[in-house]
Amino acid sequence: MTGPTSSETVAEVMEPKRPAALHAPEVGRRGGVVPYLLSLPGMVWLGVFFFVPLVTLAITSLSVNTGSVYVPSLQMRWEWSNFTDAFDAYGTEFLRSFWYAAVATVAALVLGYPLAYFIAFRAGRLKHLLLGLVILPFFVTFLLRTLAWKTIVADDGTIVGMLETLGALPSEDRLLSTSWAVIGGLTYNFLPFMVLPIYVSLEKIDARLLDAARDLYADGLHTLRRVVLPLSLPGVFAGSLLTFIPAAGDFINAQYLGGPNQQMVGNVIQTEFITIKDYPLAAALSFVLMALILLGVLAYAKVLGTEDLT
Amino acid sequence: MVGWRTRLGDGLLRTWAGLVLLYLFLPIFVVVAFSFNDPEGKFNFVWKGFSFEAWTDPFKYPALVDAFEVSLRVALISTAIAVVLGSAIAIALVRYRWRTSKLVDLLLVLPLTTPEVVLGSSLLTLFLNLDQPLGFATIVIAHVAFQVSFVTLTVKARLRGFDWTLEDAAMDLGANPRRTFLRVTLPLMLPGIVAAAMLSFALSMDDFIITYFVSGSEVTYPIFVYGAQRTELPPQINVLATVILLVSLLGIGASYLLQRLRTRQAAV
Repeated sequence: MTGPTSSETVAEVMEPKRPAALHAPEVGRRGGVVPYLLSLPGMVWLGVFFFVPLVTLAITSLSVNTGSVYVPSLQMRWEWSNFTDAFDAYGTEFLRSFWYAAVATVAALVLGYPLAYFIAFRAGRLKHLLLGLVILPFFVTFLLRTLAWKTIVADDGTIVGMLETLGALPSEDRLLSTSWAVIGGLTYNFLPFMVLPIYVSLEKIDARLLDAARDLYADGLHTLRRVVLPLSLPGVFAGSLLTFIPAAGDFINAQYLGGPNQQMVGNVIQTEFITIKDYPLAAALSFVLMALILLGVLAYAKVLGTEDLT
Repeated sequence: MVGWRTRLGDGLLRTWAGLVLLYLFLPIFVVVAFSFNDPEGKFNFVWKGFSFEAWTDPFKYPALVDAFEVSLRVALISTAIAVVLGSAIAIALVRYRWRTSKLVDLLLVLPLTTPEVVLGSSLLTLFLNLDQPLGFATIVIAHVAFQVSFVTLTVKARLRGFDWTLEDAAMDLGANPRRTFLRVTLPLMLPGIVAAAMLSFALSMDDFIITYFVSGSEVTYPIFVYGAQRTELPPQINVLATVILLVSLLGIGASYLLQRLRTRQAAV
């Protein structure tokens, strides 16, 4: 290896930008027992109110309700049949949820990536304003936003009328109570969760890399494909997870915008827990949903390293 | 030299971005607009006519006001708890190098990647098994549980560029650790803590799914809207939502201006 300069500069440019602390000790004090004490209260709270509930969820899913609906008495009996019952009764809803969530995630990606790109590279002084605009809808409660969609895609509304003349309506001549409405709602509600992480990872791209690409005769499209896209992948992954996971468990969109054929796992879990109160079955459903998603997330964490998640 | 293809690409990008932003705001316009609606019947879904009536009588529905009050109280208490717990963890993670820090990092991310139905329903099974009655306390507990991760992440991000040698400087100048913390560390952490607090507050106010599972008979603002959707959906709900939106806008605008003022002062 000749001189340190060339390979070092390349490495320096390839590394994501980090703000330089004045005297750079990469904050590695030993501290002894202090960090443990500091994090103890918070972790205990999480332990008792996040991890333990997952255990009780598992226990309940293997239990039988020997009492009545109003005075439940849950006995843990290794009742694996709860799980098979859950799949028999609601297998379709599971598949449907993952399908809807997947389509919504792809749609959010297609809609959101160009927006994130625009804000990161082309917005200039408007950057912060645009970011604020992306976040602003969150200040109206999402129930109302979803209800507003119900008005917008109402059977006798303008949107449906327009699509009708264009002949672009799906089979039943309406948008409400169709899968498209639900998917549309899911895409809408979680779009900012896709835009923001992609924006963050685009922001981190060193502008010198783009200059270098241009110096090497790459045009816009080429640079996009070979430089920007690969470097923005962490953001795309994060955004996809943050969209897919809540979408898979959602029930509001299906309830407001869908009909009986658009029921998702979330609706089922909600009905079983709150209305029917079949706690063991409901717990089994919830547990399976969580387990499937957890597996996916842990796989992702292994591949990318948790450093990039935060 | 900018070729026509680049200009076309730029134009398309600009249009696309604009359309997506419009898409994001369409329901907001509808919500605000319908606060001026004179509804036909009990549900505010179809536009009938322009009217200020809801705005002149915003407190007409005491249940709505009560629900909003409950949400405010829950948000304030849970945010206070979560900020303390989360900031402490954030300091521990950034300032020190300790063996289980990677594990804590991972554990903190897990609540964020769990669907709300699972968070809510699992807490419900905990309370069921403990025979704990559902109500205000269980709501606060649930909110803190998911807020802690958000707070830790936000404060951690802000602490990343922190120059810890400032603490050493203070102590060299004679300040004891407690004084250093109160006069040097805490003030510098404050913007991050404030941001985390605002985020937690907003998350708590808007939370529906988790709250729905653990609220019992207690009614928060989102739960009210959910229930109202079946019985009566008055435009007063839209009025309240519009007011919240405006207040948040003002809040953000104010903090943005304050920040610019501060940097300008610092430059002088």
